[in-house]
Amino acid sequence: MSGDVAQLAHDLRARRVSAAELVREALAAARRRADLNAFVTLLDDAAADAASQCADAALAAGTASPLAGIPFAHKDIFCTNGMRTTCASRMLENFVPPYDATVVERLRGAGAVAIGKANMDEFAMGSSNENSYFGPVRNPWDAARVPGGSSGGSAAAVAAGIVPFATGTDTGGSIRQPAAFCGITGLKPTYGRVSRFGMIAYASSLDCGGVLARSAADCAQVLAAIAGHDARDATSVARPVDDYVAALGGDVAGLRIGVARQYFGGGVDGGVAAIVHAMLREFEKLGARLVDVDLPNAALAIPAYYVIAPAEASSNLARYDGVRYGHRCADPTTLEDLYTRSRAEGFGAEVKRRILVGTYALSAGYYDAYYLRAQRARRLIAEDFARAFAEVDLVAGPTAPTVAFKLGEKSGDPLAMYAADVNTVAVNLAGLPAISIPAGFSDGQPVGLQLVAPAFAEARLLNASHRVQLATDWHLRKPAR
Amino acid sequence: MSIDHTTTRRVARLARIAVDDAELPRLADELARVLELADELERAPLAGVAPMAHPLAQTLTWRDDAATEPDRAEALLALAPDSRGGLYLVPKVIG
Repeated sequence: MSGDVAQLAHDLRARRVSAAELVREALAAARRRADLNAFVTLLDDAAADAASQCADAALAAGTASPLAGIPFAHKDIFCTNGMRTTCASRMLENFVPPYDATVVERLRGAGAVAIGKANMDEFAMGSSNENSYFGPVRNPWDAARVPGGSSGGSAAAVAAGIVPFATGTDTGGSIRQPAAFCGITGLKPTYGRVSRFGMIAYASSLDCGGVLARSAADCAQVLAAIAGHDARDATSVARPVDDYVAALGGDVAGLRIGVARQYFGGGVDGGVAAIVHAMLREFEKLGARLVDVDLPNAALAIPAYYVIAPAEASSNLARYDGVRYGHRCADPTTLEDLYTRSRAEGFGAEVKRRILVGTYALSAGYYDAYYLRAQRARRLIAEDFARAFAEVDLVAGPTAPTVAFKLGEKSGDPLAMYAADVNTVAVNLAGLPAISIPAGFSDGQPVGLQLVAPAFAEARLLNASHRVQLATDWHLRKPAR
Repeated sequence: MSIDHTTTRRVARLARIAVDDAELPRLADELARVLELADELERAPLAGVAPMAHPLAQTLTWRDDAATEPDRAEALLALAPDSRGGLYLVPKVIG
């Protein structure tokens, strides 16, 4: 599919194409690109036709919302009533939820048509999509490379032009890093801006639903549909939703962009840094001002994250006990045997690793040394951002320290994989909104620029990104084929 | 920091994850390496810093004490690997 959301919405209204045709086309493209392994489950044609009918009726009646008839993909972490939701885990291989996530409900309400469920790292734990029970996803720019993770299927599906947007979730970079690796735009909203109801939990104080699309303008359109208070999620924020689409028209002259020295530190590849600096100069040309900012506690983010996220995961994933739903081992002899074998068989290596780390960090005698200490570091990280935002409007840096790495390159070394999250996890610890936008290419692979904003300033992020995307064309580049 | 096999086995027991003896050396090593990463926090200036559990300084709101969920027992039990007569079935617990 060549068009973005705005173009397709225009074509639908001009009657050049129907929603049913667009959805069939997206499904055909998904099947044609089965080599990417971007999907766990696809809608069948009959269900697709049924799902497009409402949108076509609304378009004919002139009552259609901006996303009506637009095909897209849901990360397979969002519960879909009647459609299998696996979280890319053997544990949930046959789980068919009896309800919809709020994000699913809202996008359906807006008339967008989900063509299937995108592959991901199991329970959203991973940065390469190699941790999926259904096999790794391949990067559309280079099949030998990872698409990033955990929303790797979502990113690959958008980058390959199968769908113009996809939902994702971001606990430590899971929207932004795959967006960077696949050369698309990925928005992680403020914690609490998008309802987590029906979004399978990994680390509840960090998890955040969001969107991957080609452009910031498309992200704005989708965020407008999914943002807002939800009584079914106690952490969802009751605060009016800004008009993200209207805000795209704003000017960036005078915008102060903080360039964080720490985000260009040790592990960042020179080619990546050069491209990010070049993209920042594009903002300067538009009248923005670049200011050096200091985030002195940035180095604490990885250790704090890799205590807090596993601790919360060990608690959240305790629910998978082989009793109420999910995988159950064969012929359990005792209840303990049922629990331990069902969980050993149902979870993959990385999920087990994080559960064990989290269990250890929360266990008697170690709680203060690990969990409490990580929570103190979390505050220092949040305070770093608060100080920076007293001086600047946005903070910028490379989304990831390198371009997409090769499949298998880091999968044998969990610590090397964790280190690659260095520039994204702090944002989740502080609960802030951030976006990754395509900034150019290094070694022929896409590079992402990350912009971070104060809480609830998504409109500012989207506006700045949109203005620079009007002046550049990195976000329009597509992989060959 | 090193983690012995007894500790690894104890943590796996707490997490209710069955572990083979053959897996223990690898798990112990990985656990030790992640905890070593966490030990970097020891050197951080954290004295007197209040722990932060949640990104938003938000207090939980009260909702009306009203039933909003319909009875979905049947739909939920249908997801269970084994159930009968409205109950989840597990191996016999009391001898």
